[in-house]
Amino acid sequence: MRILLFANRTTKEIVRDPIAILFGLGFPIVLLLLLSAINKSIPVDLFHITELTPGIAVFGLSFMALFAAQVISKDRESSFLTRLFTTPMTSKDFIIGYSLPLLVMSIVQGIICYVIAILLGLSISTPMFIALALLIPPAFIFVSLGLICGTLLSEKAATGLSGALLTNLSAWLSGIWFDLDLVGGPFKTIAYALPFVHAVDMGKAAMSGQYSDIFPHLWWVLGYAVVLTVLAIVLFKMKMKAD
Amino acid sequence: MTTAIAINALTKKYGTKTVVDNISFTIKEGELFGLLGVNGAGKTTLIKMLSGLTMPTTGDATLLGKSVTQSPEQVRQVIAVSPQETAIASNLTVRENLELLAGIQGFNKEEGKRKADEMISQFSLQPFEKQRAKTLSGGWQRKLSIAIALISEPQILFLDEPTLGLDILGRRELWAQIEKLKEKTTIILTTHYLEEAEELSDRICIMKNGQMKALGTAQELIKTSKKTSFEDAFVHFVTEGDVQ
Ligand SMILES: Nc1ncnc2c1ncn2[C@@H]1O[C@H](COP(=O)(O)OP(=O)(O)OP(=O)(O)O)[C@@H](O)[C@H]1O
Ligand SMILES: [Mg+2]
Repeated sequence: MRILLFANRTTKEIVRDPIAILFGLGFPIVLLLLLSAINKSIPVDLFHITELTPGIAVFGLSFMALFAAQVISKDRESSFLTRLFTTPMTSKDFIIGYSLPLLVMSIVQGIICYVIAILLGLSISTPMFIALALLIPPAFIFVSLGLICGTLLSEKAATGLSGALLTNLSAWLSGIWFDLDLVGGPFKTIAYALPFVHAVDMGKAAMSGQYSDIFPHLWWVLGYAVVLTVLAIVLFKMKMKAD
Repeated sequence: MTTAIAINALTKKYGTKTVVDNISFTIKEGELFGLLGVNGAGKTTLIKMLSGLTMPTTGDATLLGKSVTQSPEQVRQVIAVSPQETAIASNLTVRENLELLAGIQGFNKEEGKRKADEMISQFSLQPFEKQRAKTLSGGWQRKLSIAIALISEPQILFLDEPTLGLDILGRRELWAQIEKLKEKTTIILTTHYLEEAEELSDRICIMKNGQMKALGTAQELIKTSKKTSFEDAFVHFVTEGDVQ
């Protein structure tokens, strides 16, 4: 009951910021349209719609981290959260109430991304649905990262960090825009130590129908998802008990 | 009369600085207790410890028999706090703010609606009911922030400078509501308006540098200080020992 009330409120808080929604939904869609248009005139494998869509879908998720960080840091700075700490709300109510709407939005965003891709020529297939389902573990990563930023940092720092840094990180180190093999070296090593490129690679593997290629990427992503989710919960609980 | 709040040697230190220093007193059920002191005296810190937001460094307090250090979750079931800062959900409307908090405090949907109606009419919030909280003027945000605390019908209510930023009409409205609540609610009120404290409080505690300097009814404090007005009495207690 409390969880749903609070989740409902989180949703309203985010959805009523039209600029955020415009960016979060619009930006990935624009990229999808732009890159597939480029691909039409100069065909590049990387920008072929079946390769491109899983990448853009993961990139789109990074906006969820931004939204989460924004809502939570704003609640902290406006002392609304402090006030809620004096009510019967439990840490579970807070954490699920903050993250559930964002996880749902992640899936909605993924669906929108794939619908646009279908309009651009992607064929509806089982692999596509599997790729879509594979967005759920990375969604946990991004939402947890947002929760962590929002819990620890000021609104300015939280939105700055999760916005600029994270979107860039997930963009550059995810192999969406260029093949990491072409760069190689330490850059590639770092990229493969982080979850972003794994999230994209497993989506691409699913789309290609080579399901066995989803591994070991899925393990990386799940590992990061579990660790970050636990970390987010622990940090938030600590914040509740602070002082 | 039974005890609502029993404070036992409550102390809060930040680093080497003692902000609340070994405070002990009790508040009876249904009492309106005024907590006074100059800026930085430790009033808000004391309220934060009593409402489970801040852990005491040493000492303890029980609210209706529940300890703030042992069972803060149970304490949260019986209290409501109107914090010193205006604390509202800025993107929700006035009504949504009230219904959200009513729901969080355990009222069902209909009850929440009814309680929200009540608060909206008590605080004359009708014209702004559907307006986003962030678009209200400062004073109206303040009223909403207080209304949010009252909506849960708590057994113990903390009001930290509730009338800050309210115009005289708003203050009078609030005083009338506080008078009405007094019968069934234990209220701890901080304010810098001495006439407000004198008028409303059953008993008053004056704090200075985290310590309790005086405790009693306004009349008693005037008498002990050998002054003629409450304001003089207050100044006496907060400057005691200081060179004037
Ligand atoms: N988190 C904190 N860390 C360090 N010092 C703190 C912290 N919170 C409060 N203090 C200090 O504790 C002292 C008492 O603060 P408090 O807010 O309780 O005063 P107050 O009586 O409510 O004052 P005011 O009338 O200005 O609201 C101040 O000196 C303040 O700087
Ligand atoms: Mg204060």
